[in-house]
Amino acid sequence: MKLIFEKGMIGRGCDILPECDVAVTKVQESLSRKKELHLPQVSETEISRHYTQLMKRTFGINDGFYPLGSCTMKYNPKINEDMAKLPGFTDIHPLQPQACVQGCLEVMKLAEEYLTEITGMDHIDFQPAAGAHGEFTGMKLIKAYHESRNDSKRNKIIVPDSAHGTNPASAAMAGFSVINVASTREGYVDIEELKKVVGEDTAGFMLTNPNTVGLFDENILEITKIIHDGGGLNYYDGANLNAIMGIARPGDMGFDVVHLNLHKTFSTPHGGGGPGSGPVGCKEILADYLPSPRISKNDTGYKLEMKSEASIGRVKAFYGNFLVVVRALTYMITLGGDGLKNASENAVLNANYMMHRLKDKYQIPFEGYCMHEFVISIEELKKKNGVAAIDIAKAILDYGMHPPTMYFPLIVHEALMVEPTETETKETMDEAIAVLEMIYDKAVQNPESLHACPVNTPVGRPDEVSAARNPILRYQY
Amino acid sequence: MGTYVPNSIKEQREMLQEIGADNMEELFHAVPDEVYLKNPLKLPKGLSEMDVRRRITEIAGKNSVYHSIFRGCGAYNHYIPAIVKQVTSKEEFVTAYTPYQAEISQGILQSIFEYQTMICELTGMEVSNASVYDGATAAAEAVIMCKERSRKVAVISETVNPETIETIKTYCSNTEMEVIIAPGKDGKTDLEELSNLLDDKAACVLLQQPNYFGQLEDGDAIGELASKRGAKYIMNCNPISLGILKTPAEYGADIAVGEGQPLGLPLSFGGPYLGFMATTEKMMRKLPGRIVGETKDSKGERAFVLTLQAREQHIRREKASSNICSNQALCAMTAAVYLSAMGKRGLQQAAELSMSKAHYLASRLCELDGYQMVYQGEYFNEFVTSVGGNIENVLSRLEQRGILGGYPLKDKNEGQILWCATEVNTKKEIDSLVEILKEVESI
Amino acid sequence: MKKEEFQYAKSHEWVQFQDTTTAKVGISDYAQNELGDLVFINLPEVGDEVAAGETFADVESVKAVSNVYSPVTGIVKAINEDLLDQPEFVNSNPMEAWFVEIEEISDKVALLSETEYEELIGKEE
Repeated sequence: MKLIFEKGMIGRGCDILPECDVAVTKVQESLSRKKELHLPQVSETEISRHYTQLMKRTFGINDGFYPLGSCTMKYNPKINEDMAKLPGFTDIHPLQPQACVQGCLEVMKLAEEYLTEITGMDHIDFQPAAGAHGEFTGMKLIKAYHESRNDSKRNKIIVPDSAHGTNPASAAMAGFSVINVASTREGYVDIEELKKVVGEDTAGFMLTNPNTVGLFDENILEITKIIHDGGGLNYYDGANLNAIMGIARPGDMGFDVVHLNLHKTFSTPHGGGGPGSGPVGCKEILADYLPSPRISKNDTGYKLEMKSEASIGRVKAFYGNFLVVVRALTYMITLGGDGLKNASENAVLNANYMMHRLKDKYQIPFEGYCMHEFVISIEELKKKNGVAAIDIAKAILDYGMHPPTMYFPLIVHEALMVEPTETETKETMDEAIAVLEMIYDKAVQNPESLHACPVNTPVGRPDEVSAARNPILRYQY
Repeated sequence: MGTYVPNSIKEQREMLQEIGADNMEELFHAVPDEVYLKNPLKLPKGLSEMDVRRRITEIAGKNSVYHSIFRGCGAYNHYIPAIVKQVTSKEEFVTAYTPYQAEISQGILQSIFEYQTMICELTGMEVSNASVYDGATAAAEAVIMCKERSRKVAVISETVNPETIETIKTYCSNTEMEVIIAPGKDGKTDLEELSNLLDDKAACVLLQQPNYFGQLEDGDAIGELASKRGAKYIMNCNPISLGILKTPAEYGADIAVGEGQPLGLPLSFGGPYLGFMATTEKMMRKLPGRIVGETKDSKGERAFVLTLQAREQHIRREKASSNICSNQALCAMTAAVYLSAMGKRGLQQAAELSMSKAHYLASRLCELDGYQMVYQGEYFNEFVTSVGGNIENVLSRLEQRGILGGYPLKDKNEGQILWCATEVNTKKEIDSLVEILKEVESI
Repeated sequence: MKKEEFQYAKSHEWVQFQDTTTAKVGISDYAQNELGDLVFINLPEVGDEVAAGETFADVESVKAVSNVYSPVTGIVKAINEDLLDQPEFVNSNPMEAWFVEIEEISDKVALLSETEYEELIGKEE
């Protein structure tokens, strides 16, 4: 397929803007652009067709099953899209006076009320633009907390070896060093190991619960207590919140600060890699350090309060990915308290259903019920038949499904992590199970055939080695 | 309530039976009693779609939508071609995830590759990433890119947007990178003061062009000062202006960053926006965030893939230079569609019109008593004036007539207004604005 | 190059002494094979201090980054810039693909001879 730069003709274009109705101001020579500017010279027909072609080479949730573990690819409701397109939201300048943006303030205040109730936190700040951004913000809050108490030797964050890469990266960005703590063979936090590393230099602990292998750590209260007793704070990575809405709350588990992924748990679309939204929530003890001013409500309306002097400062311009918050609020209002719990229950049910049906053939490393996702290990299959997780994933592509997450978490070898979410029908899951069973049989009977996969997709396996050795990162005119 | 859970109670019971559970609660047995919620969440019940639409639309109705906007400061009211919204609403693009499985994501990957190319063309730089959250975080990430063993001071001009400066400070606090502000003079960076502040410990100099006050800075002189001290030169630029203004590459910048919102993204009360980052080939491996590269597939066909991943958090973890995981993919695609629809001619037009309207607005405003240009230098589409009369009265009178006037500045510029005009403002609108201001004056 | 001149650290780096206080360092054939296709080598700068047993460089494959540990304590005298352009050389000719040359060597980790190293990797396989 051609690039847009390879289409079009000199002289083609769209007629978008009118002539100038005032005197034309010319740029002075020394300030003007001399370097050639090459942009596509295409008609609207060509643009329209180009993107339709690209669309046909893209796989979205609307195309099929998307069981990407840890990403919560639930259905993106269309009412959310409609609401996020209202001119009453899209056409609002961020620096309009407060009296003129009462609707925007209400959106954020309402969303805050829903999310504090769901998480058990006292405050929510919508400024962070993505999960990793929220983590960075949360880490900064913890830093600020200890510094305000002159506890400057607390410079270490403890992270389980099962954690998502953003966890240690965010801690490091916030100026901490990272201590890794091993997980037990069953995938839980090793409490004895944890006790060994907690000390006077412990600033905090980052955890997600359910954890990254899809299990709810029943020792959670003991774990968070160990950190609190040691003088540290507990950070909750909210990526897995879809398992427990209405059932348990991080605020009740001993967590002091959380981040949420609105583009996971709260159904806002992923957009091919963004924009998302990663609001940070915290208990009262950290409220003063939040980046944004608080929103208060009284008889006359909504108001932005003065930011506390102790604030860590803003983490981006303006207020956050506001239109994403609109979508999430629309979702939460649609579901209500009862619907949110129902969503989590079914997310967990669906995952257990799939895991149970796949147990006969596939290697499931952990015992008992899973939460909203589960891990399969292809390790044995690799040893016996030379088929790796990547081969299974690539074979799945040939069946019009998106594969599960590959090679995460790191503590399981040849991992495939499956998260169906609550929005899948039983039939879709049954079909997916049939596909996975078929692929397993192929792996045993004819492993070579899997190395060639995928064969039904627009392109075959790309050469990632030469892409990294000799990077070509743009089209050259 | 809606939940988007398609399976009926009957199907749910079947599944429970099949896995050997009596009820849903059993699945959550690992949740300790003290933590398990005994009561429902204290939240309203769910609503039907029609009621949800009514509710949210009502809330949106409480915001004032202005038909005439003369305010910028990092969020600009430019015309968005119809094709942009059409393309970016396509379900596949909206609902897809990060293109980790390249074989079925060529659409997203190619669109990012095209975006990267266009950013390079706009800025004149050699390599672009797939985008970051916004212009302010792009500037902060660029500053961090410049850190070296013996260079840990970031010199930022005072004339950079205050929100960008604040973001940079937050990113640099608790790290070894120190932030120093180079003072401004007469609305531009004070070259003498800047020269005094720069030494061999300077990692970078960051300049915004045009700056926060709309003034066009002496980018060459500042670049020379940076280069003399071996510091990197970061230019924070306005993407529309690059249709006609000298590019960061022509100024000798090492890194170009900026806010891409003007490229087809609506004002949206501040987000989602788009941060672009472009640099030289030499600094390519220091760029944070995702990058798409071209390669061949197993059949020798051209294919696109996420590359240079070993820079990123999922591989380097705590040793990654940035924790950034996602980009603003759909926003980047928006920019690419915008630039394709506008083309070079359209972008030049948007820039020329914006600049011309702003100059017309300025000349008409200065006809009024009390309104004078605060800064005398050349400007793009924003400028600062003093105000005739009480600022609050002036602005609220405009608001009553559906016009969002310029931004009332604070601190050193208290009592002054930062105006902005774009290709969207007509002569008639501008004349109208001036007439209303005349009315306010005469009161 | 005489094979006997190469000594090995347990972490799979080789060191080849040029004289008593100068040596070249690279990674073994076993190491490059385990790492797979290398796409980038992150080398230190000339003049950097390195310490025996500590990381001084890393190598990137498509999906992973691996630390390279210095077998000796000293100062970086030279870096092999060819590797920056052609990381694949480490895969094809690991014993010729030196990463750095270290001078002013004052300490080293426990080093194995060629035979001892071969025994070690024999056990690991």
